[in-house]
Amino acid sequence: MARKNLNRAGGLSDKASDIILVAITAAVLFVVAYPLYYVVVASFSDPYDVYAGKTFLFPSGFTLDGYKAVFAEKSIVSGFLYSVLYTTIGTIFSVVMLYITAYPMAQKDLPGRKLLSLFFIITMYFGGGLIPTYLVVKKTGLIGNMWSLFLPGGVAVGNMIIVRNYFQNSIPHDLVEASEIDGCSKFRTFISVVIPLSMPILAVMAVFSMVAYWNDWFTAMIYLGGKGQPLPLVLRGILIKSSASSAQASLISGGYAELNKLTEMIKFCSMIVAALPMLIVYPFVQKYFEKGFMSGAVKG
Amino acid sequence: MIQMSKATTISQGGAAAARLHSKSLGRRILDNWQMYALLLIPVVLTIIYKYIPMYGIQIAFRDFTPSKGFTGSTWVGLKWFQRFFSAPTCSRMIRNTVLISLYSLLWSFPIPIILSLIINQLRFQRYKRVVQTVLYAPHFISIMIVCGMIRIFLSPSGGLLNLILGTSTDFLTEASAFRTIYIASGIWQDAGWGCIIYLANVDPGLYEAAKMDGASVFQRILHIDLPALLPMAVLNLIMAAGGLMNVGFEKVWLLQTDLNKATSDVIAVYVYQQGIENAKYSYSTAVGLFNTAVNIILLVIVNKIASKLSDVEFV
Repeated sequence: MARKNLNRAGGLSDKASDIILVAITAAVLFVVAYPLYYVVVASFSDPYDVYAGKTFLFPSGFTLDGYKAVFAEKSIVSGFLYSVLYTTIGTIFSVVMLYITAYPMAQKDLPGRKLLSLFFIITMYFGGGLIPTYLVVKKTGLIGNMWSLFLPGGVAVGNMIIVRNYFQNSIPHDLVEASEIDGCSKFRTFISVVIPLSMPILAVMAVFSMVAYWNDWFTAMIYLGGKGQPLPLVLRGILIKSSASSAQASLISGGYAELNKLTEMIKFCSMIVAALPMLIVYPFVQKYFEKGFMSGAVKG
Repeated sequence: MIQMSKATTISQGGAAAARLHSKSLGRRILDNWQMYALLLIPVVLTIIYKYIPMYGIQIAFRDFTPSKGFTGSTWVGLKWFQRFFSAPTCSRMIRNTVLISLYSLLWSFPIPIILSLIINQLRFQRYKRVVQTVLYAPHFISIMIVCGMIRIFLSPSGGLLNLILGTSTDFLTEASAFRTIYIASGIWQDAGWGCIIYLANVDPGLYEAAKMDGASVFQRILHIDLPALLPMAVLNLIMAAGGLMNVGFEKVWLLQTDLNKATSDVIAVYVYQQGIENAKYSYSTAVGLFNTAVNIILLVIVNKIASKLSDVEFV
């Protein structure tokens, strides 16, 4: 366009500013992505080469032994399976809870709506704190039970408000009204009109819960009582406490040095195995993030 | 209830509203029985796991024993609070908690704004998409893994940072490095994700107009993007200031070593150790309550400021 060269006030031309913007963002990309890239490279490398600084860009002494050891390690495999179990049930539970709360709360003519709204929103700002909540969970017999991970969280109120606003703002009111005039009950309308029309926000919320359950370890640590540990809690033993299990020790014939080498490889590989599932999932719903937030953030 | 039916009239309009308006309250409740049925489980869960623990906060003033329950245990007044304030590490924990979150706020508040201003100017859609995808990635990684990465990268023998610097410092044993580690890794993990609320806020029409007028990128940022995201930024700042005492337990606990405690000892970790590890239920609850009380005071103050600001700026 001819207009391009008409920049007033001595500003940069669009082309020059494009170059600068791309350069800045490329630098930011590098800073964010490099640590992850480094872990991937290190997971395929000989740990001695990693610690000698030979793996800044490419693997050195390429090996898959780390991954083999990860998949041979019982605690990691069982942690992975437990995480899959908790994430699956937790996500379904959370999304159902969100929906069955958000839909009634989106009914502008629901008597008592304001009071109910207050009832939920208060819990966003005030809580009983760690110990009183722990004592109630204990009293209700959930310690050591998988449901201790799901029930106390109950309704995620912040997300519930986003879903409620989505129902109010993004579901065409005419469709809901038409369905009700046709004789559908509110529940019927919810199932056959509102839910199918809310797939974008459903996808976003499902991914949010998925990520939360997959990455959670604190709840599992205090409520599960050592049983059925999910993957991040297993990783704590490997990454933070740096303990090698006796199972590893018995696998290795090469003595302490070999064991040490394997322990280091397992650190990198187990991080990749634990992080990968969520890193694969989120780009699929990424386009809905902003949209979901925008329509959800507008006050209804 | 009169108010409510008024609201109904306004929001729905037309025949439907007139129909609703004419119904009695009892009738409307009956009409909505399915909605109340849906709410039953969420309400019960919220009462049990949110409201009963709130009621249980009173054990901060009692000598709680599990057999006597929340209300049956002996009343001890402010005993536990006095014990906390006379604990040798009390002032250190309060100072560390405030400093960690204050510095976190100062650094991690402006960065997402600057990032989103830059991202919004990117004109190559595919590149923009890639930038966003990569920047969001760390947010989806467990704090456990992030702390594992921090420990490996900062390791004195062969850690990435020492390899780059050519040193062999054990950063996690240096009290002076703790806050920097905590905050820098926090920015790495969440600054990209923090952009999301600032992105796509701008009316595209405004943009085209500015381009036609020959505004440079910098002028467009200054006159279009920045004013568009300012209300959200103010709101965010207020919310963050209200949670100033909320230093997350998880990351501090995972990065704490015996040698960096001078700066890494925070209230949240103490609450966990006293409560869960040592089973001092009442004492831990009292310490937690003190933390919450400070937060509530901050929230009220910030809210006051917010409503004043909104009178001036938003309306």
